[in-house]
Amino acid sequence: MLPVTYYVILSAILFTIGAMGVLIRKNAIIIFMSVELMLNAANLAFVAFARYYEVLDGQIFVFFIMTVAAAEVAVGLALIVTIFRTKHSIDVDQMSNLKG
Amino acid sequence: MFLSEAVSSGPEFFYLVPLVVFIPIIGLLVNIVIGGRIGERTIGIIASLASGLAFVVAVLLAYSLVGHPEGATIPLVEWISIGKLEVAWAFRVDVLAVTMMLVVAGVGTLIHIYAIGYMHEDVRFKGDPGRYRRFFVFFNLFIAAMMILVSADNYLMLFVGWEGVGLCSYLLIGFWYDKDTLGRDSDANAIAGKKAFVVNRIGDFGLLIALFIMFWFFGSFNFDIVFEQAAEMAPAVIVAITLFMLVGVTGKSAQIPLFVWLPDAMAGPTPVSALIHAATMVTAGVYLITRSAPLYVQVPDVQNIVATLGAITGLFAATIAIAQYDIKKVLAYSTISQLGFMVAAVGMGAFVAGMFHLVAHAFFKALLFLSAGSVILGVERGHHHLAHGHHEEGHDEEVFDPGDMRNMGGLRKRMPTTFWVYLIGAIALAGVPPFAGFFSKDEILTEALALNLISVDALLTVAALCTAFYMGRQIFLIFFGPPRHEAAEHAEESPRIITIPLMILAFLSIFGGGLNLPRVHTFADWLEHYFEEFNIHLHAVEFNFGVAISATLLALLAIFLAWLLYGRRPLTKGQADPLRRYLGPVFRVLEHKYWVDELYWAIFVNPYIALSRFLAETVDWRFWHDWFHDTLLARSFRHFARFLAGPVDLSVIDGIANGLASITISSAASLRKLQTGYVRNYALSVFIGIVLIIGYLILR
Repeated sequence: MLPVTYYVILSAILFTIGAMGVLIRKNAIIIFMSVELMLNAANLAFVAFARYYEVLDGQIFVFFIMTVAAAEVAVGLALIVTIFRTKHSIDVDQMSNLKG
Repeated sequence: MFLSEAVSSGPEFFYLVPLVVFIPIIGLLVNIVIGGRIGERTIGIIASLASGLAFVVAVLLAYSLVGHPEGATIPLVEWISIGKLEVAWAFRVDVLAVTMMLVVAGVGTLIHIYAIGYMHEDVRFKGDPGRYRRFFVFFNLFIAAMMILVSADNYLMLFVGWEGVGLCSYLLIGFWYDKDTLGRDSDANAIAGKKAFVVNRIGDFGLLIALFIMFWFFGSFNFDIVFEQAAEMAPAVIVAITLFMLVGVTGKSAQIPLFVWLPDAMAGPTPVSALIHAATMVTAGVYLITRSAPLYVQVPDVQNIVATLGAITGLFAATIAIAQYDIKKVLAYSTISQLGFMVAAVGMGAFVAGMFHLVAHAFFKALLFLSAGSVILGVERGHHHLAHGHHEEGHDEEVFDPGDMRNMGGLRKRMPTTFWVYLIGAIALAGVPPFAGFFSKDEILTEALALNLISVDALLTVAALCTAFYMGRQIFLIFFGPPRHEAAEHAEESPRIITIPLMILAFLSIFGGGLNLPRVHTFADWLEHYFEEFNIHLHAVEFNFGVAISATLLALLAIFLAWLLYGRRPLTKGQADPLRRYLGPVFRVLEHKYWVDELYWAIFVNPYIALSRFLAETVDWRFWHDWFHDTLLARSFRHFARFLAGPVDLSVIDGIANGLASITISSAASLRKLQTGYVRNYALSVFIGIVLIIGYLILR
């Protein structure tokens, strides 16, 4: 069995990739996918520790996160569609109306 | 037992006494509320009824007093209660008060009835019938105020009545406040009312001072308490009180030096002159001295002053009356003169004689005034008749004075009833036996002689002579000889509503002397109860045939002189008064009333006006308004305001506000740069924040 450290490192790498994706990419859908990546990095860490400590709490948390992620996708995609309809683009850099 | 005695000695109606005040008040309220909707006659009847019912109550009170001569005090309400001072609104029923009530309500009722007829014509001659109701409201108010005055059981309540009658006098003198006595548009009547009010105020000031002294030393205004303590009080206090009270008396009862208002008061309608300025209100001063008899008898010096003052006034006014032409002015000066008789009498301590003359005078002077009113109305009717006859010719004569005796003459045939009652009144006033005036005047003269007050006696005797003379002059000028004006030629007799009260008063003037016949002394026995209560001994003066006969002869001589001058060769139209030829400059002095009015103007009124003008124009306007307010206050305020507006407000206050604003603007300008609008920047800040928080939590 692989030691838990590997999972945690993988989870950290995935989270970092996701975070970089959110910060760097312009396409809203890519940003969205990066957010999903970060959520799943967290899921991986939860599951790894749940197995390591042999308790079910982590597993249950993952279910909750997956539910939240699904809801987030629904809302987020709807937002993106609406933005696309008005701006004919989903480039987040163009959505800077709140600029001070 | 006392109780059984009291019960057996007759019925008692003392508890009714508040009604003498309340009935006239109800009468005037009724007239105020519904007077606009009922006819003139009804208004007059309501007012007369109110006065008449008050008279009935007074009669019941008098009837009760026969059985209970000690009288009673009927408290109504607690009025003033400050510290130790307790003043109750209480009615004192005693012989003195009820005597006054009978005179006020009795003569008052007759004059009310007379006024129903008189005012009916007067408001039409003067062209304002709407004032008919007002007249009767004032009249009833006067009766109520007079009743308060005479029924008071303390000086403060008396003062309320005293001021109340003064107010009614003012309102009624100025009844035609927008006209003068001839009915032209003018403020002469209003000025006459004002004069009466101001002069009376001077007198009232004296009475007030007397009341203040009384409060200070006695601590009470109650008659009984004051009179009981008076014996132990220092004489100086009593002297001060009585002298200041005398000032009030000279104002209200028109004595020297404050008599000047009474002749001008004739500006009021004639019933007013009869009721207020002859029969009742002006006698309030005499009543006050009689009521305060327990104070006055303690200070003989003051009594002498009062007696002398009265006697001098009696003669002074009588001489003026000789040279007057206005029918009411003669009677006004006659009233002053007769009030002088009364004041002299009560000053001498002859209280009964004074009160007796007061009652008798109320009868015949009311009669004379009312008859004079009837004469004036008759002449006015004649004038009216003429004015209508001449209307087409468009001939506009100069203003006609229906009260000027030079315009009259020969009215005996045109107005027979008025002539006879006037004659009776004149003879009663002149003091010819057996009319009322003879007995009362004779009693005063006899008392003066008995008390050895020769100067008073001499003054009053000469005054009586003048009285008979000017009454004779008046009778001859008005009723005899040829008419000196077309209006007098066409004069008409007054209706019965006017002549019937005259006849009743004439009856009283003839038989009023019977109240206190020599050797019978009904009135003296009646009044004695009051003076007994305070241990004042009234020396009963025996009838003195010498005085009586000489007084009668003097009166007849004076009437004969009047006949010589005015009756034998009657005055013709435009002719000068024959007396002017005999008296020369003296007549001029009398005609101008010794220039007393002018003297007062020169000494008091003009300096006062100058002082007021100085105070108003120099002190108030120039100094206080222009300099102090405009210059000093306004300018320094303006400077101060400018200082506050400029340096303080603009630089300091505005600087703070503007500085705050610009700081906000500049800090906002630098902060806004944080808001890039790029989502990733916000996300980055969130990440950095989280990293920092977690770093802190781990490294803690």
